Amino acid sequence: MTGDRRWARLAIASIPVAFLAYFFAYPLVSILTTGLSGGADSLEILSRQSTRSVAWFTLWQAAASTILTVIIALPGAYLLGRYEFRGKRALKAAVTVPFIMPTVVVGGAFLTLLGPSGPLGIDLRRTVWAIIIAHVFFNYAVVVRTVSSAWERLDPQLSEAATALGASHRAVLRYITFPLLAPAIASAASIVFLFSFTSFGVVLILGDLVHSTLEVEIWRQATNLLNLPAAATLAIVQLVAITAVLAFYSRYQRSRAVASRVAAVRKTAMNPVTTRQKLLVAGNLLLMAGLLLSPLAAIVIRALSTESGWGLSNFTNLVEPTSALFVPAIEAIRNSVWIAILATAIALAIGLVTAWSIDRATTRFGQTLDVLIMLPLGTSAVTLGFGFLIALDTPIDLRTSFWILPIAHALIAIPFVVRTTLPVLRTIDNRLREAAAVLGAAPGRVFRELDIPIARRALVVGSGFAFAVSMGEFGATSFLARPDTPTLPIAIFRLLTRPGATTFGQAMAAATVLMIVTAAGIFAVERWRSDTEQEF
Amino acid sequence: MKRLPNALAVATLAVLAAACGGASAPDEIVLLTHDSFAVSDGVLEQWEAETGIDVKVLQGGDAGTMVSQAVLTKDSPIADVLYGIDNTFLSRALDAGIFLEYRAEGIEQVEPGLDVDDRVTPIDFGDVCLNYDKAALGDAGLAVPGSLRQLAEPQYAGQLVVENPATSSPGLAFLLATIAEFPEDSAYPWQEFWADLRDNDVLVTPDWSAAYYSEFAGGGVGNRPLVVSYASSPLAGVIFADPPPQVAPTGVVLPGCFRQVEYAGILAGTDAEPWAQSFIDWMLSRSFQEDLPLNMFVFPARTDANLPPEFVEHTQIPPSPASLDPSVIGDNRDQWIEEWTEIMRG
Repeated sequence: MTGDRRWARLAIASIPVAFLAYFFAYPLVSILTTGLSGGADSLEILSRQSTRSVAWFTLWQAAASTILTVIIALPGAYLLGRYEFRGKRALKAAVTVPFIMPTVVVGGAFLTLLGPSGPLGIDLRRTVWAIIIAHVFFNYAVVVRTVSSAWERLDPQLSEAATALGASHRAVLRYITFPLLAPAIASAASIVFLFSFTSFGVVLILGDLVHSTLEVEIWRQATNLLNLPAAATLAIVQLVAITAVLAFYSRYQRSRAVASRVAAVRKTAMNPVTTRQKLLVAGNLLLMAGLLLSPLAAIVIRALSTESGWGLSNFTNLVEPTSALFVPAIEAIRNSVWIAILATAIALAIGLVTAWSIDRATTRFGQTLDVLIMLPLGTSAVTLGFGFLIALDTPIDLRTSFWILPIAHALIAIPFVVRTTLPVLRTIDNRLREAAAVLGAAPGRVFRELDIPIARRALVVGSGFAFAVSMGEFGATSFLARPDTPTLPIAIFRLLTRPGATTFGQAMAAATVLMIVTAAGIFAVERWRSDTEQEF
Repeated sequence: MKRLPNALAVATLAVLAAACGGASAPDEIVLLTHDSFAVSDGVLEQWEAETGIDVKVLQGGDAGTMVSQAVLTKDSPIADVLYGIDNTFLSRALDAGIFLEYRAEGIEQVEPGLDVDDRVTPIDFGDVCLNYDKAALGDAGLAVPGSLRQLAEPQYAGQLVVENPATSSPGLAFLLATIAEFPEDSAYPWQEFWADLRDNDVLVTPDWSAAYYSEFAGGGVGNRPLVVSYASSPLAGVIFADPPPQVAPTGVVLPGCFRQVEYAGILAGTDAEPWAQSFIDWMLSRSFQEDLPLNMFVFPARTDANLPPEFVEHTQIPPSPASLDPSVIGDNRDQWIEEWTEIMRG
């Protein structure tokens, strides 16, 4: 029976491996070998001073962005993890919106806010600070959502017991809360790091002429200079760096995983009562409004302003055909939602199987799979996009089919499902599973009736992210040759490359629609999540 | 068919399939183009109705990305026809050998100077020119600059916004205009001109939308009265405004423009060469040529195509735009961009 179980486990684990092999490793290897076979003098490229300074800048700005994001977002995570207040669910959906907004859309609003007449009063445009602040803006939600979902599951009895035994507030935080949250924080930080490390639009739009990331250089070499050998060399540097960081992270994560008691949310959530608590809530809300909502509000305001005052004409124009898009913008919305649903379904299925395999597998295999599944997040969009083009023509030519976008988006969304689900699976005490098995439950039943209900909350958070990631995906999408119905971010980008007040207004209206659809999607997911809460 | 299938083509599955199927018409042909492609309802359908073949339009991103895609997939092409490659990228595609030779019907009708190679057919052209905001320029007490050189003069300090040629197609076109205007071996080479512009507080943005919508006074929130844009931008500003103004609020500085010419070509390895040829003929026919201006804000390559009245009223064709030979651009662009970047970093 153990033999059978081993085979079953292997068969299940081979699903994500096969998916990654065909849709990630194969295109990646194809494009890199094609690039290098063009006669690359990789050593020469690597030894250039410019290459080294780009690599160094990429690394330190990613580290700085990650640290700053975690520091700024932790109070928000505490707020959403521990407190109950009116509009919390809507707030949780709202803070996620920046995460999925394509940079091309928010870039303009950011430039205005970081300019001399912005709220900070200093001109940060085209500086490194603009890049880092933008990374905090875009990634805030990753930390808040991941950590708050772990926080609300922390059993308060632990810290209550410590307090009763005389531990100070600080000691509780340091010796109990933080160690228990560390895996979730590391999880979120790893994603923020990957995003900042491979940052493209932010660096391109908000940066200066001097600083450039590997991602921007790869893009420039591949599409503007058509120097594939140089692009491939840089892509390999990026890949090696990302793999090293992920391997380190994965080892850390394993060493920190502890089985702990899982508490139901209702028990942990509290209402702000004391002045101090109320101040904390209010301060956090102000920070969120200032950092997250002001760039978004700037977009909505521009969407609502027309040449004849306030109005909705920019929105009604979305259903009109426009030469900038080839189809009315409304079709882009339909297209995006449909692709996002498919991508979420793929990501959820593959992500759950992956998390399960990593949790159950031997240390080495689990670690390897854990690193592999994250790699797409750290791979440059142009490398992957071009890899798809040269690799996926046989046996079925997927390169120009509709399915290419849901698959590409799922590849980027899977890590979110895994990152949110895995920490929860790891906290399940194995004795629970053993007890279930002793009582006669087959492995499948244990998974269905024990793992899934406990991980459901995390799965929901993960699919919310997957949906949002797909809705907002711009990088990989823009490097694939797509049939003529664009996704919403592509449509917005195209509108923004045309002069004319009404075209610009339509772009802002479409961006507003993108925010609303995404927020609504996440909000719906959160609702479903609370409806099923009574199950445990 | 003009050419026998060559060894490369035979090697591809696509041609084998065509050989098995004889000369029967395909169900569809695929057009690879850039993101700015647009055509009026019913125009593409004319060709589809005449031939009974559907046209699938693939949009591959910006022009540079699209060319990279075509070069990368040349052994197993994703399309039959490519449209939208301009003279700044042309030599790269020609060197890579991605096009089949074809002389389109009506090629003798195109604007002189556009037809440069038998492997590609010129379809349209547009000029990258400085634009100015009439009100903002007046408020600053400045006249419309009469030449590029004037931009380096102190009164124009802090007035101009340009796009980075390393990341933007109009940015590159403008750099090429300055290289044509201030040749490297002249007393005042382009490098010196750009150093002067830098000292004169020129603003560089990564792309056209940041320049036009965030910095240019004529684009909404910006305050600089001069921007690198297109000769057709003032017209677009009139058409895409509600209500359309009588007179365009922006204008074009006619000296110092660079002409971008867009070409179409048949991708080697297509299994539908005769139909791809017919499609190119159609792109050069008056029905498509006359539909181009208001959709993509470019001028038709055919001299006998009628322009829409708005175009006649609001746009000017620069009398002597700069242009450089595509092969000269191909040989030097990377180095020019590197040099430019060095200069602007100061």
